[in-house]
Amino acid sequence: MDKREVEEIYYLMSLGRKFEYAAKEHYMSGEISGFLHLDIGQEAVSVGAMRAFEHGDVFTTYREHILAIAKGIEPKAVMAELFGKRSGVSQGRGGSMHLFEPALHFYGGDAIVGGHLPNAVGCAYARKFQKAQDGVMALFGDGATNGGAFFESLNIASAWKLPLLFLCENNRYAIGTEITRVAPFLEQSKKAEPYMPTIEVDGNDVIAVYEAVKEARSYIQKGHGPIFVEAFTYRWEGHSMSDAARYRSPEEVDIWKSKDPLKRVRKLLTQQYEMSEDEVDELDKKAQAVVDNAVEFATESEEPGVDELFDNIFVERVENVQG
Amino acid sequence: MSKVEMLYREALNRAIDEAMSSDSNVVILGEDVGLYGGSYRVSEGLVAKYGEDRVIDTPIAELSIVGNAVGMAIGGLRPIAEIMTANFALLAFDQIINHMAKYRYMSAGKITLPVVVRFPQGVSRQLAAQHSESYEQMLSAVPGVRVLAVSSVNYAYHALKRAIFSDDPIIFIEHELLYNKKGIVDFDEEIDIFKANIVKEGSDITIVSYLKMVDDVIKAVPEIEQKLNKSCEVIDLQTLNPIDFETIKKSVEKTGRVVIVEEDHYTGGYGSQIASFLAEKLFYTLDAPILRIAGEDTPIPYNRKLELASIPTPESIANRVTQWGESNGL
Ligand SMILES: Cc1ncc(C[n+]2csc(CCOP(=O)(O)OP(=O)(O)O)c2C)c(N)n1
Ligand SMILES: [Mg+2]
Repeated sequence: MDKREVEEIYYLMSLGRKFEYAAKEHYMSGEISGFLHLDIGQEAVSVGAMRAFEHGDVFTTYREHILAIAKGIEPKAVMAELFGKRSGVSQGRGGSMHLFEPALHFYGGDAIVGGHLPNAVGCAYARKFQKAQDGVMALFGDGATNGGAFFESLNIASAWKLPLLFLCENNRYAIGTEITRVAPFLEQSKKAEPYMPTIEVDGNDVIAVYEAVKEARSYIQKGHGPIFVEAFTYRWEGHSMSDAARYRSPEEVDIWKSKDPLKRVRKLLTQQYEMSEDEVDELDKKAQAVVDNAVEFATESEEPGVDELFDNIFVERVENVQG
Repeated sequence: MSKVEMLYREALNRAIDEAMSSDSNVVILGEDVGLYGGSYRVSEGLVAKYGEDRVIDTPIAELSIVGNAVGMAIGGLRPIAEIMTANFALLAFDQIINHMAKYRYMSAGKITLPVVVRFPQGVSRQLAAQHSESYEQMLSAVPGVRVLAVSSVNYAYHALKRAIFSDDPIIFIEHELLYNKKGIVDFDEEIDIFKANIVKEGSDITIVSYLKMVDDVIKAVPEIEQKLNKSCEVIDLQTLNPIDFETIKKSVEKTGRVVIVEEDHYTGGYGSQIASFLAEKLFYTLDAPILRIAGEDTPIPYNRKLELASIPTPESIANRVTQWGESNGL
């Protein structure tokens, strides 16, 4: 792989992690509220997948800040959204869970588990209909593979040979429920096997994720129909800021922290690509500066006004009917 | 010892615990109800006491949670299905409306479904458009299910226990901001769960409300009473289907003026059902137009200022009732 691409991947992962820690800090100090789901530990999936799928349409869930940034949304527009400001990517209406930017083909932020999958199928239909090049990616957690919307989507995407890449981020837990307690096996790609080819990948190895998604992308682009990629990973933090994660042992968390996806790319850069530790540190510094700037921007931005309450419900602005 | 102070969620937990210990057919199922103890800690401690066969952690599959509960009831159990948040229950509306509400009727009464669906809802704190809604207006329009709306801690305990042992399916609506509310449960009280509760007596204005809005109305009342120099009677509906029209009627015959306060959207809101009853049956008893105060017709925004502007608050309730009173000769 090209050195510049690996550097960029490292930079985005570092940026993502710093962004998440900053979000956590500002949640604790009260500037961010609601549900905040952090992606720390899973950066390799988010960044690897987005870098390998630059131009396609992406549908995802509430655990999405790093995906949004890696897809090209400005970190400051994401941070401002978390702060509920008008300069946020959803103008303060969506918050952490609802980031959308159609101009960048990012239809992020659905917080109904599995609910966005039929939407991704529909978009894939439109892209096929339009004979478009890029195809569609749907990201979801292990927990989403137990619902009806998931199975309906596998079936329709495969029956109609739609250009859809299913990407399951298997972090083993749906809030406090370990996947193997509510599904007969750990690997959720088994559910897709009757319908389409499946690829399993180490989700803490960003290069492996990148290559798997590239391969899957070229499969859907050739018109073979959908494909399923499953990336195995782990979230270091609780499900959201309101989860103390008492259902798993500190030892289990430590094992996964020792598989730190960020350290792995750093090692790759220093060993295989002959960068010095200092040069990699520079990337971290650059990332930190962007995050600091995003926080400053979010802090200084204005809140939306109460007179904007009825904006964007319909194409034509409606008025309060209650009086 | 017959009166104990506890939290709303503790009252619910206690009701389930007592029901499970007195009847081994009572089971609870839902997402994270077992090991995790429930998102709002309502089922805390129950899996340790009753085991995983009776406190069942389900996958994220709301249609199945309610559908399985219906099947369990057909099979002879008394299930309590927990929905994590009302918005997710939309995935189970087919089961609620086509199945749970209709099996008894379609079978000429031969099938009995003792199912409780616990249903946390409402605007909490900045949870945004997909985690903040209320569905009592839709659910109470379905013949075949009963709908309770739980505001007080005492009612939480009594109503849940009764609901579990009721042979009709019951949607048991809780408000997400009430779980840590303190109140007193009177264990000796015999309550009729299909009766409204007069939270505060008064003689000039009847304010009808339910769920968290009852507390907001209570906060607004001192200012209203002081500014209008009139007294308010506050009714907590408690039961939305059936509606306790009797209690409303008695109050309105005394006061002649009614305000209806709900958190949910104005258009098609549950309060319009109450308003329609008043207009149809008590028109000549009314001395002023009915005032409805409801949430605005918008999805719930994330930003806190906008979120608060989209629903009634103690301040907006006080302002609107005072203005209405002044422009109607009070
Ligand atoms: C339909 C629906 N049911 C329940 C929830 C509550 N909920 C939010 S996230 C979540 C767990 C999802 O787990 P998974 O799909 O594995 O994704 P992860 O959070 O691990 O990234 C649950 C149960 C929801 N948002 N939507
Ligand atoms: Mg998961």
